[in-house]
Amino acid sequence: MSVKTLVIDGKDVSGNDNQTVMEVARENGIRIPALCHLDGLTPVGACRMCVIEVKGLNKLLPACVTRIEEGMEVSTNSDRLQRYRRTILELLFSERNHICSVCVSNGHCDLQGLAARHGVTHVSVPYRYPSCPVDATHSRFILDHNRCILCTRCVRVCDEVEGAHTWDVMGRGIEARVITDLNQQWGTSGSCTSCSKCVHVCPTGALSEKGKSVAEMAKHREFLPYLKQMREDHR
Amino acid sequence: MTLLEDLQHITEEEEEKDSKFKYHINICVAAGCLSSQSDVIKKTLQDEVNKCGLAEVCKVKGVGCMGPCSGGPVVALAESGVLYEHVKVEDCAEIVKSLEGKPVERLVQSTDTPFFKRQVKIVLENCGKIDPESITDYIAAGGYRALTHALAEMTPVEVVEEVKKSGLRGRGGAGYPTGLKWSTVAKAQSSGRKFVVCNADEGDPGAFMDRSVLESDPHRVLEGMAIAGYAVAADMGYVYVRAEYPLAIKRLKTAIKQAEQQGVLGNDICGTNFSFHVEIRLGAGAFVCGEETALLASIEGNRGQPRPRPPFPAIKGLWDRPTLINNVETFGNIAPIIRNGGEWFAGIGTEKSKGTKVFALAGKVQNTGLIEVPMGVTLREIVFDIGGGIPDGRSYKAVQTGGPSGGCIPAEHLDLPVDYESLARVGSIMGSGGMIVMDDTSNMVDVAKFFMEFCMTESCGKCVPCRVGTAQMYDLLTKMTEKRATPRDLALLEELCEVVKNTSLCGLGQTAPNPVLSTLEYFRHEYYEAITGGIPAGPAVEAVS
Amino acid sequence: MKARVATVWLDGCSGCHMSFLDMDERLVELAEKADIVYGPLADTKEFPENVDVTLVEGAVSSEEDLHKILIIRKNSRIVVSLGDCAVTSNVPSMRNSVGTDAILFRAYRENATHALQIPDKVIPKLLPRAVPVHEVVKVDVFIPGCPPSADTIFEAVMGLLTGQKADLASLTRFGA
Repeated sequence: MSVKTLVIDGKDVSGNDNQTVMEVARENGIRIPALCHLDGLTPVGACRMCVIEVKGLNKLLPACVTRIEEGMEVSTNSDRLQRYRRTILELLFSERNHICSVCVSNGHCDLQGLAARHGVTHVSVPYRYPSCPVDATHSRFILDHNRCILCTRCVRVCDEVEGAHTWDVMGRGIEARVITDLNQQWGTSGSCTSCSKCVHVCPTGALSEKGKSVAEMAKHREFLPYLKQMREDHR
Repeated sequence: MTLLEDLQHITEEEEEKDSKFKYHINICVAAGCLSSQSDVIKKTLQDEVNKCGLAEVCKVKGVGCMGPCSGGPVVALAESGVLYEHVKVEDCAEIVKSLEGKPVERLVQSTDTPFFKRQVKIVLENCGKIDPESITDYIAAGGYRALTHALAEMTPVEVVEEVKKSGLRGRGGAGYPTGLKWSTVAKAQSSGRKFVVCNADEGDPGAFMDRSVLESDPHRVLEGMAIAGYAVAADMGYVYVRAEYPLAIKRLKTAIKQAEQQGVLGNDICGTNFSFHVEIRLGAGAFVCGEETALLASIEGNRGQPRPRPPFPAIKGLWDRPTLINNVETFGNIAPIIRNGGEWFAGIGTEKSKGTKVFALAGKVQNTGLIEVPMGVTLREIVFDIGGGIPDGRSYKAVQTGGPSGGCIPAEHLDLPVDYESLARVGSIMGSGGMIVMDDTSNMVDVAKFFMEFCMTESCGKCVPCRVGTAQMYDLLTKMTEKRATPRDLALLEELCEVVKNTSLCGLGQTAPNPVLSTLEYFRHEYYEAITGGIPAGPAVEAVS
Repeated sequence: MKARVATVWLDGCSGCHMSFLDMDERLVELAEKADIVYGPLADTKEFPENVDVTLVEGAVSSEEDLHKILIIRKNSRIVVSLGDCAVTSNVPSMRNSVGTDAILFRAYRENATHALQIPDKVIPKLLPRAVPVHEVVKVDVFIPGCPPSADTIFEAVMGLLTGQKADLASLTRFGA
């Protein structure tokens, strides 16, 4: 392992060569927004909120999977990136039916929070208003596709941490949906251990506990880095 | 007997057998002609030959694509060079009877036309000549000599050098230097195996180059893959071919079996310690699986969706092993390069784009079909000389290259030489070789909408800009074609194009706006016409605020 | 001269107007700068001409809403979407994915115990979808929130009247 130095937003920083730009940025107090990324889960570079500019490169790179390189000059918050992020957030709001005011996660939602942070005061693309089902067949949890942003945190935590792989994604493009087992009702899933990890890593109100009303579904994710650390120590 | 002597022996035998025949009637049995019953015609021709007692002197042979697909079913008389088009069952007796005398005039298609004269065939050199289901035919045409030569006379490094020298670039669309890719995989450290993958997941609307090559000359692709395997030290190859190509799959399977029996695939090829196996993997119809990381995920049995690169497959590919991925046509160029040398290949084409390119010429053009031309010919030559121009007295409007990732090129750029850089400069891409000609009846907003619908339905849904952005852009284009759009919609469309292009995860999303961007550049007035209220004053963006 | 301010209540719950009233004593401060020329809080039947600022609460849901908002846009210098229903179509939009006919049937036939009929007189006809105001007309300022707080409304309106634009993103958000 060797140390590499680079510049992020004009600041000289350094990190180990197996670290990502996002990790090194955060260690240095620079917050790069993300929705699909969550510490403790394999990064997938899917939400594109964390795209950054690297000097000398035409393409934007997702900070969550981009390893640092010696001499790299990174810009994380240019006007252009801010504009792109606002559009990505607006696209997400337009995709399903995100009604913040009546959502269990109102006030605890990553999507809502990022929109506020990025100055999204309205959505300029037309809302699509798809018809999305709600699966309340599980005895303790609810899946509301209206609020799902397909970040696949649930899929990854179930597979990588719980080891159950109850969740997966079916369908393509705008028709893609998270599913339990072989696209059956969650309550009938034979693999689900009811551990609630998926519910708590979910960035929005798509996965919630039963009995929670508007704005009551606070999520607790402290377990994830802790579990990961325990496993690494054990190994 | 060494393998090389073996091949020589087969060739001599084949030639001797063949020399007994005074006539060879070749009939295309690739998918295009098959769809107009060329198999029935082949059987009828054979029956007629038998009936006339010519079985000893006349051979009826099913061959691959000869190119003029719109003229199918196509029959060629090898000796006289006569080409018949639109052959019907009832023509067969006449064709056989006239072998001795004058050809059947009403069926004859002159081969003294630019369509045939302007083409240079490297990848398609055997297409329409050999029986795609016969390895001996391929061997007799010089097949597998490049492989045996490479194994016997060249080191893997020398093979890579030869490919580098040729200047060959990836024919899948992006044009990455093939030799460079090979050397990266060859140098990649791996504790275990390495893999070679042939991308035959051809999915662009209107494209059928790879299908034709696989249906017409499958051994050429296998030979190219085996040479690649030797060069990069891989012992396993996969052909990822879409399930919608049943004939290509069947012929590939036959070819693999034959090659294994012949000892040109399998263990200890040519008596060396080089082993190379090839298996087929079927794609289930997802366009995005043509993207290399999605393709690899699919081969691994996972959901076919891309992942960010780096790491590139050359370093971390199939099951995290170094993996060489090239497309069908790229592999089709390898045997000739090894046989004739990289310098020979580099002598064809332009400074930065070497060799030839196969195009599937389709749309509003007289001669639709499969063509192979040297890099650097102009679009005008392709459309008007080889293609024979626009039918029905209409005029040329645009040619679409690169499928849903490409753009529409207007008349002002007809004299553009066809090479990677020039096409990119005018807002399109080389792509895999689909070329759709459009006449003045086409509305470009409709065209853009067609391709956007394709991208929307083929998006895997993993990344937000592609998943939602293509759907939003499709809705906006629909509004335009239905004349319900406002200037604000046009501004929004342009903004989405920029975001989707720059932030999408893989090539599908990054290039999905191209058909819109290129039609906006050359046919902007058609978008204005699609907006209620007519042309907005000044730039569209200002008209909104 | 005082500015001419209007407030409008389309498809919303009037919570935004309640929040407006929650400005309490600051309403006096506001009244020094502006006259309320139209709205549920003023006794005027027709939407007047030459309005400087119109605050619109509610989504565009019915034919009447549509009719109103077009006049409002024509007669207003600045149109403000006040609250989530105007900005995002919020709760009114929850019928959109179900369909207007289905929702009316559910409310007036299936779940009704008497007078089983879908009202078609006096009440304006619903549009196929409830949409945010800016999907119908150009909107100049967006104040999200359900409802936006009195503080937010005060800052926003005073900002418009004094020319000192308020940083709305830092004051409120969707669902606030």
